[in-house]
Amino acid sequence: MLLHDTALIFGRYARQTLRSRFAMLFGVLMPLLYLLFFGPLLTGLPLGSRGSSWQVLVPGLLLQLSLFGASFSGFMIILEKQSGVIERMRVTPVSRLALLLGRVLRDAAVFVFQAVLLVVAALFMGLRAPLAGILVGFVFVALLTVSLASLSYALAMKARSQHEFGPAVNALTMASMLLSGLMLPMSLAPGWLDLVSRFVPFRYLVDAMRDAYVGLYTTASMLYGALAAVALTTLAVTVGTRVFRTAGA
Amino acid sequence: MPIISTAGLARTFQTKHGPVEAVRGIDLTVRSGEILGFLGPNGAGKTTTLRMLTTLLPPTGGAATVAGHDLVEDPAGVRRACGYVAQSGGVDPQITVREELVTQGRLYRLTKEQAVRRAEELAHDLDLTELLDRKCAALSGGQRRRLDIAMALTHRPRVLFLDEPTTGLDPGSRADLWALVRRLRDEHGTTVFLTTHYLDEADALSDRLVVVDDGRIVADGTPSALKLRYAGSIDASLQDTFLAITGRGPAPADSTPVAV
Ligand SMILES: Nc1ncnc2c1ncn2[C@@H]1O[C@H](COP(=O)(O)OP(=O)(O)O)[C@@H](O)[C@H]1O
Ligand SMILES: [Mg+2]
Repeated sequence: MLLHDTALIFGRYARQTLRSRFAMLFGVLMPLLYLLFFGPLLTGLPLGSRGSSWQVLVPGLLLQLSLFGASFSGFMIILEKQSGVIERMRVTPVSRLALLLGRVLRDAAVFVFQAVLLVVAALFMGLRAPLAGILVGFVFVALLTVSLASLSYALAMKARSQHEFGPAVNALTMASMLLSGLMLPMSLAPGWLDLVSRFVPFRYLVDAMRDAYVGLYTTASMLYGALAAVALTTLAVTVGTRVFRTAGA
Repeated sequence: MPIISTAGLARTFQTKHGPVEAVRGIDLTVRSGEILGFLGPNGAGKTTTLRMLTTLLPPTGGAATVAGHDLVEDPAGVRRACGYVAQSGGVDPQITVREELVTQGRLYRLTKEQAVRRAEELAHDLDLTELLDRKCAALSGGQRRRLDIAMALTHRPRVLFLDEPTTGLDPGSRADLWALVRRLRDEHGTTVFLTTHYLDEADALSDRLVVVDDGRIVADGTPSALKLRYAGSIDASLQDTFLAITGRGPAPADSTPVAV
């Protein structure tokens, strides 16, 4: 039943995405601009890590794509709440977990697809990385998307309006981006900033993904990154499902 | 056995400005096949009661069964037995009528073929066949209401909850909707639990009226029994009866017929 329901919800929202192909391509635009206009600046700089500057930048951009995109997934559910679609679904016997999973898996599919486009573009710009590392990177993108989208849906179900939801999410995502070293590795940071960033879970994902891009799969960073990703995903899906189960608003 | 029975059903919301007692203990039994009009002014607790009876909102007090299923112990059983149309409706404006109907069938665990067939059946029954390939956004108010009701009837529920089904409809669509509700009762024995704040609607449509105010039931009976008891004559207007019950006059008339 869970599979049946998840597939059904996934299908509904996947069709919705396909109807707005334009928006999806637009989503890759920002990271693409970074790749084109920010990437070349880094090629000669000592970034304090193994591999070329592309192997440092691309993992950060992929996670940034997911961070900014998935965090705003909740916007759509606010509209659906207003049109009554959410309550109409919650009155049926459909699995509550599926109501969340169907949606977040659609988001994961969208952002992994965008990530693939971005990696292809990066290959043209000069990125060289092992295939296995790139694939591991997509898994991180998927897990981060599932986590953030779940939290975003949960927050949006609680929020009264878009006006409450937008600014809150904006502040959170900006802070997370700066504090996790998505743009430049935190190994460049002064001690205090490095310390603060250790409390931001995304930092571990970025570090792990950068290791994967230089072909290192058995490092401590990889372990911490994998643990952080799985823990974050579990927590976020639990929170999200709870909200679909009891949504009092 | 009553199809709905509640005992002390209550809901308090915790808000920034302190607790709001939206429903303060409802004791009610509804017989199978009855059209029950749940009448009360805005803010009386009608929607909150419906949302509890359809498992959307956990009660903070009391208990209830719908079609023999306990609200808290067996929400899945309640969901199989009831259909619900929210005041806002429940369709996505960007999706076609057909896709919404089929999805709804599949949410009720019909196979794809069954869901497609059921969608066509429902469209035929509710006069939506011509509209199947339109987007929901392109429907009129009355068509939209019929679609909402079609969706809620997907699994042939024994109880149908309608929250202010005619608010905002033109008189013609209101009349159609009344006829539809009577047909559901007469042909399928469906119990219809509908809220309204229109006195004429409550009077014309309900087999039985339950008047709520401030989260409590303040009167319960057939329209004529209430008129006799509170206004002294079965020929009294429901408006006078309502005034006698709540001690309040009706709000200024708006574009639609007599509203409370
Ligand atoms: N989610 C909520 N949070 C806080 N207060 C609520 C909520 N839903 C309803 N209320 C309050 O409960 C009372 C009853 O509301 P409602 O059931 O919608 O009334 P009706 O449907 O009869 O107009 C109102 O005072 C309303 O403001
Ligand atoms: Mg209401």
